[in-house]
Amino acid sequence: MRPLDLDYMLGLLPVLLKYVPLTLAMASVAMVLALALASLMAIVRVLRVPGLDQLTKVFISFFRGTPLLVQLFLFYYGLPQIFSFLTAIDGVTAAVMGLTLHFAAYMAESIRAAIIGVDRSQWEASLSVGMTTAQMMRRIILPQAARIAAPTLVNYFVDIIKSTSLAFTLGVTELMGAAQKEAAGSFLYFEAFIMVAIIYWVIVELLTMVQRQLEVRLGKAHAR
Amino acid sequence: MISVKGLTKRFGENTVLDGIDLDIATGERVAVIGPSGTGKSTLLRSLNFLEKPDAGIITVGDVTVDASTASASEQRAVRRRTSFVFQNYALFANKTARDNIAEGLITVRGWSRAQAQARAEEILATIGLAEKAESYPAALSGGQQQRVGIGRAMAADAEIMLIDEPTSALDPEWVDEVLQLLKRVADARQTMLIVTHEMQFARDIADRVLFMDGGRIVEQGAPEVIFTEPKDPRTRAFLRKVL
Repeated sequence: MRPLDLDYMLGLLPVLLKYVPLTLAMASVAMVLALALASLMAIVRVLRVPGLDQLTKVFISFFRGTPLLVQLFLFYYGLPQIFSFLTAIDGVTAAVMGLTLHFAAYMAESIRAAIIGVDRSQWEASLSVGMTTAQMMRRIILPQAARIAAPTLVNYFVDIIKSTSLAFTLGVTELMGAAQKEAAGSFLYFEAFIMVAIIYWVIVELLTMVQRQLEVRLGKAHAR
Repeated sequence: MISVKGLTKRFGENTVLDGIDLDIATGERVAVIGPSGTGKSTLLRSLNFLEKPDAGIITVGDVTVDASTASASEQRAVRRRTSFVFQNYALFANKTARDNIAEGLITVRGWSRAQAQARAEEILATIGLAEKAESYPAALSGGQQQRVGIGRAMAADAEIMLIDEPTSALDPEWVDEVLQLLKRVADARQTMLIVTHEMQFARDIADRVLFMDGGRIVEQGAPEVIFTEPKDPRTRAFLRKVL
């Protein structure tokens, strides 16, 4: 067994940390877009909007039924060969697009379950006062569904953060890509990859603390 | 005023409302009594389009709709004119007591938030819950929740208040405070159609009592007539059981 090169590891930290903002930015943009798309798809499915409902089902089935890596390759390497206007797409954009569509498919099902989980009396009360379906969704049903879905959605965000590491296969130098480059130069693979693992781990742990705060806030209306 | 002609509702093979005709004058307080499963709640729910009737014409104030073909906006027009008090309160779980009352004023009637909240505070004071303005439903007792439910219906300033077994889900200790509030609402000559199992209450507040059985109005009249000398044998049998 050879000893760890601790000096190298410490020196690597500031180098890798420079890439954290890109990783978080990709993950955050993908999360926000996925959340919006997933909410729309969930509503379409709950309300059984004709046509869109079937389309959504196929979309969800495809993006849950195929590996994320395959989807990313399809977007970045495949689609530009069919649609020439996509040749200009860069790795970061392709990765964010792929993460968005992939996780939107999963999140749509969680949000749909959460919407269905809101008590029927809430729908009836909203309708009885004369709200439109859109008002009912926005003001009464979705806020309550958010509380039910929050833990699951934060888990998906954690998953998205970790999955941004796949962007490195599209030639993006993000956190994982940077670690790979450093390791290839120094041949100290263990040091480089354990450092990058620790950085992901710390990010996710910090996020878990935020999650607890969020759940307290969303649970405010339900405290006795 | 409210007018219902030939209101019919079926659940599969089962005809729950069998061509109901009913007129209610402004300021009139009508109580509906009868055995369970005879369509009392369905009548109220149909007037608010919580159930979609299979046939019938509904007039509420200045709006007349064919109940079986009413569009979404026609249904909303009827709902705006008919407020509903639910058996299980059905308060918005994500809104405070104040916002439960203000919500419809903001979303449906387009009031400003400040205006709606001020009105909600007035109503909370009227129903004796001013100090609970910031409380969420989960932190209120059953009786308090139902009082907020009634407050929400009061805020709607509707042509008619539809009240569906308002005390059936309550622990006995909360029944009285809810009945007392409803009595005050009735005394203010709010037009109302109330389904209730509280016979004494029906007798106290109603101008007219309807006895329903098998999806039809079997007998109706002033409470002193219905409760003391009912004509139909089904009314007599029912009252013998419950009084």
